[in-house]
Formats: sequence, structure tokens, C-alpha cells
Amino acid sequence: MAQFRGTESYVASRELEVAVNAAVALQRPLLVKGEPGTGKTVLAQEIAKALGYPLIEWHIKSTTKAQQGLYEYDAVSRLRDGQLGDPRVHDIANYIVRGKLWDAFEHETPVVLLIDEIDKADIEFPNDLLLELDRMQFFVYETRKTVQARHRPVVIITSNNEKELPDAFLRRCFFHYIRFPDRETMEMIVRAHYPDIRRDLLREALNVFFEIREVDGLKKKPATSELLDWLKLLTIEDMPPEALRSSDAKTAIPPLYGALLKNEQDVHLFERLAFLARRRGG
Amino acid sequence: MFAPFILALRAAGVPASIMEYLALLRAMKEGVAGFSVDDFYHLSRAALVKDERHLDRFDRVFGEVFKGLESPQGEAPRELPEEWLRKLAEKVLTPEEMAQIKAMGDFDSLMETLKKRLEEQKGRHQGGSKWIGTAGTSPFGAYGYNPEGVRIGQDKSRHRRAVKVWDQRQFRDLDEDEALSSRNMKVALRRLRRFARTGAATELDLPGTIGATARNGGSLDLHMVPERHNAVKVLLLMDIGGSMDDHIRICQELFTAARSEFKHLEFWYFHNCLYERVWRTNRRRRETERPTFEMLRTYGPDWRVVIVGDATMSPYEIIQPGGSVEHWNEEAGQVWMSRLTRHFRKAAWLNPVPQDHWRYTQSIGILQRLMENRMYPLTLAGLETMARELAR
Ligand SMILES: Nc1ncnc2c1ncn2[C@@H]1O[C@H](COP(=O)(O)OP(=O)(O)O)[C@@H](O)[C@H]1O
Ligand SMILES: [Mg+2]
Repeated sequence: MAQFRGTESYVASRELEVAVNAAVALQRPLLVKGEPGTGKTVLAQEIAKALGYPLIEWHIKSTTKAQQGLYEYDAVSRLRDGQLGDPRVHDIANYIVRGKLWDAFEHETPVVLLIDEIDKADIEFPNDLLLELDRMQFFVYETRKTVQARHRPVVIITSNNEKELPDAFLRRCFFHYIRFPDRETMEMIVRAHYPDIRRDLLREALNVFFEIREVDGLKKKPATSELLDWLKLLTIEDMPPEALRSSDAKTAIPPLYGALLKNEQDVHLFERLAFLARRRGG
Repeated sequence: MFAPFILALRAAGVPASIMEYLALLRAMKEGVAGFSVDDFYHLSRAALVKDERHLDRFDRVFGEVFKGLESPQGEAPRELPEEWLRKLAEKVLTPEEMAQIKAMGDFDSLMETLKKRLEEQKGRHQGGSKWIGTAGTSPFGAYGYNPEGVRIGQDKSRHRRAVKVWDQRQFRDLDEDEALSSRNMKVALRRLRRFARTGAATELDLPGTIGATARNGGSLDLHMVPERHNAVKVLLLMDIGGSMDDHIRICQELFTAARSEFKHLEFWYFHNCLYERVWRTNRRRRETERPTFEMLRTYGPDWRVVIVGDATMSPYEIIQPGGSVEHWNEEAGQVWMSRLTRHFRKAAWLNPVPQDHWRYTQSIGILQRLMENRMYPLTLAGLETMARELAR
């Protein structure tokens, strides 16, 4: 079986590699946690690439129900068809809508199944999926048919930690917590995205970035995606590195900071801090 | 030979179960980790720890249990002896035993068996006492592991390093047993919100659907509405007096910050134990005092009660009429506590006294019993358990 390793485009620590390979080898779900922007979602894409499997993504919302991952019975369409006299109405199978788990189970090849941001859903959600993920099969009551996985998919589950996950669920997973990248790792991540970025620009930009992350009271600290967006803007505008040097986060506002601070309150907070610091300094 | 490791983890509060233990053994067998110490560390961590708050404890236990991995010169670890690893999966448990355990699903009896087996082997083991230094927790002690057997990896530079990964304690900040303070307030707040929040589901709007369908000439037109938000009502009862002030302030701040999440939030004060009167404002105690009975009448049984106090006093203050230190109480504190817990279905006590000291204070035990064991330490973990208990 192909092993997962970091790639040109994705920086993976050895511990992440081990966790992924353990989950793949033992065919158990891998639960990945970490601050937003630490590369959880992208990881699933990278694993799919490394293993040569297609990726099926299931993005969870607060209203998502476990059943929707299996299938849904679209009674409303059937009623409408009935009212219109459509002959399809006689076969209930016409109104069974497949979910992502079904898709993953019945794919001809093994797939990577991403269940993204599982903590968004109701607290019961993970428990409701336990049996299906364990047995890799489920029963469709309406058509009296069992859907069985042809191949066990590689299941990657991400969580932003908004809710606690049930113990029974956790016991079945391997777990990896992605720490927010330190400076060195962040440099590698940036280079993975922009191999040609100017060394001095990157250095100054990282100074500013990590300084802003230190500012107390930010609603949303800038993370990797914000940094990448910002660097892109800086490069497009051909910003000289010196323009960043003066911008000690406490005394001035870095150029194009809108890319780093997405929250209006944060921008205000930041401007106020900079204003106060300048007054005190000047 | 893994048993001491798992036992030590559980003793340190990392809830590793038999299932995870077997997964680790299988992963070892499949060769996921190769034979480097670091890989073994990463693999066992991914298999046994399911919560980032436990990572630091895991690191500490790992360092303690696998002390023997350092070579005698005290250099950085090289490689796990291959022999050791192979045995690990095969010798600790026979395939039959593995199957049995799986069928049994009983962790504790497994651990008992393993412990006994280790004891026996330790008895037979000669020399090598150096490796049993850590209260018998070193796996090498038990199996007569010999440092000369350490294979030196081909790729030396990869393993030569000043500090072992687990000794870096990178996850210290994530541990949850730290006392509640303004530093971890934000996390605490998040925990608290969790219990206020309930699923945001939608449900069928029946009148809306009927109306719209009729207007449509009988063709179905579904209408949905968000499920009613089941907002929580919280009654915070706080012990005032010297040692408690800081904790009370933190708790007030915490609950106030979460106020918007609750349908109602009310503060009341008491001193040491609950008696026949409570008051609303600590500074103006006399003017804001109310009979406890009135409080019980005012707030329905669906209110969640959170008591904050150190529960540290003379037992008489709880069990004797007239036991209070500052007034004559007709009825014992425990009578009032029972009234409270009988009236409110959901109640919890948060105690700032570190949990491992609880058993030394009799009054804490008494109140813990009166609370039907719903007393939790005033830490992130305690808050979490409280939230779960109250949300149930
Ligand atoms: N280790 C990494 N290597 C390469 N790019 C990364 C890494 N971590 C994060 N990124 C980049 O950061 C951005 C956010 O990643 P994403 O997977 O959406 O984070 P999350 O799902 O954890 O919120 C993406 O553009 C991704 O390419
Ligand atoms: Mg994501």
C-alpha cells in the first residue's frame, strides 16, 4: 500500500505521517483537530493524492443529520409526482437520494472520505454514524436493500473543537492534533505555495504575522490562509520588504492588512492600538 | 510488557481503553511505526490519546515509563530494539488471548492478568535492576532488556538530538487540569457555551404548510421553521468569605461573559453552607437578604443550579442545627442542601480546592454526598464535566 508522506505542496510532520499511515493500515478513521487554517481540510486532499484514491467530501453544517450521509427519502417529490400522475411514483427507489457515505461505499475503487468539521453538527451526530462506519454497511428500509462497502474507505474526520465528541466514537479513531505551525514550519508551508517568494519579504512578513497573532483580544487571529492571501497581495503589489520593517505591529499598520484581519472589530482594535502606540511614541 | 505503560497512562488520567491498546498492537505488527523510537512515540500517541488536553500527560508518562530507552551513557535515544518490538505484539498476548479479550471487552481484568504475569517475570528476572528504577514501570525491567542489545540506526543523524520529543512538553498549555483563571477564561467560556447551546435543527411548520398548500390549489408546499431554542436558565449560588473571593470573582466574570447564552442568569450568595437565608448583593447583605424558601419557590425545577464554594468547614456546620458559625440555624445545613437538590433536578458544585486534597477534608466528603457526587473541581475539566452533567 502506498504510504502517505508530505509532498511538494503539503508540509507534513513525521507525527502526522505516522498517524495517517496507522489509520490507513488499520482501516480506522483518523480524527484531525487543530485551529482553523492548520491544513486539516487540505490534508484529506493530499492523502487522496498520495494514495491515488478519489476524494469524497462531506462538509458538515449545524443542521446536517447522520442519516443524510446514508440516504434520504424524498417524500415531497413523490407526493408531487403522485399529484401530477407521473408513473415514476410507483417505484419508491426513484425517491431514495444517496448520501456521501453511500457514494463512498459503492465506489468501484477505494476512496478517501472526508467528513469535514464534524463538531458543527448536533452532539448525537458522531454516535449516529458509529455503526455504519464500524460495519461499513447500512440498510435501506424503503427498498429493503443493504448497502455494503466494496472497499473500506479511508475516513478522515476533522474538528475545530466546538463540541466534545463521544468516547465510543473516539475509541475507534486514531487521533492527531495539528499544532499551529511554528515559524520554521510556516516558512516551509509558504514556500510550498510560493516557491519563488523573495527571502527578505518572507522574513519581514512572518515577523509581522506572528506579532499580530500575539495581539490580545483579536476575535480571529490570522492563520495560514490569511498569511498566504496577504503574501500574494504583497507580491502582486510588488511591496518592498522595507515597507514591512517599520510596521512593528504596535506602532504602525502593515500594508494591505485587510487580508490578515477579516473581522471588522479586529481591524478597529488594531487601528486603535496603533494609534495609541504612535501617540505615546511621538 | 505494555501493561505498565497503559496502567500509568490511566493512572495519569488518559482514558486509554482496551480497544485502543489492541489497535496499537496491531499497528505495531503492521509495521506502521518502523523501528525508531520517535515513530513508536508518535504511533502510540495517535492510538492512545484522543484529546489534545491529554497530550501533555501522555508525554510525561511516556518519558517516565520509557526512561530505559536512553542508552547507558545518557545519550539521546537511538532505536527501539527490534526484538523488543516484535515480542511486544506477539508475546504479550497470544492470538487466542487477543480474541478472548476482544470477546470479553473487559479492560480491568486484562490489566489484572498482565500485571500478575509481569510480577512473576519480575521475580525471575536477575540483574538489570537499573531498568526497574521507576517503581516497576519500566518495561525493560520486567523483560530483562539489556542495553547492549540496542541497535544503532544506520541513519544516525536522524536520531541524535539533544532533547527527546516527549520531553519538550509542547502540549503543556492544552492541559485542562489547570485552575480556572483569567488566562484560560476564553477556553472556559467556550466550554460553558456548549452547555447553553442546543442543536439548531429545523422542523415542519404544519400550519404554514397547510396554508401554503391550500393556496397552491392542493399541490404540496412545505414550510420549515427553526426548532425552538431550548435556552438554559442558570442559578449561580456562591460562597462568600475570605479565601473564596478570587474564585468567586472569576466565576462571576465567566458566567457573566456567557450571559447572552442563557435565557436567565441569577446570582445569589451564601456563607459556607446553605441555610435558611440567601442574599443577592454581598455588600448590601442585610437589604438584599431573602428566605431560601422564597428562592426555591421563585425558580422552577428546570433551573440549573451551579454552586461555587470550597466546601471547607467544620462538619458541624453541615450536620448540626445551630452549627453555623455566624448565626443560629434552626435546621442543619444538610437539610437545606437536600431541599435544594430535591427541588432542582440539575445541580452541580464547583470547588476551587484541588481535587486530590478533597479526601483530606471531611466536610467536602459530606457535601459531595449531599450533592450526589456532582461536585467538580474548578478547572477547565471540571467545568466541562459540570456542563455535560447539567446539559443532560
Ligand atoms: N502543512 C501545510 N502545507 C501546505 N499548505 C498548508 C498547510 N497547512 C495549511 N496550509 C494552507 O492553509 C490554508 C488553510 O488550510 P485548510 O486545510 O483550509 O485549514 P483548516 O481545514 O484546518 O481550517 C490552505 O490554503 C492550505 O493550503
Ligand atoms: Mg477546514
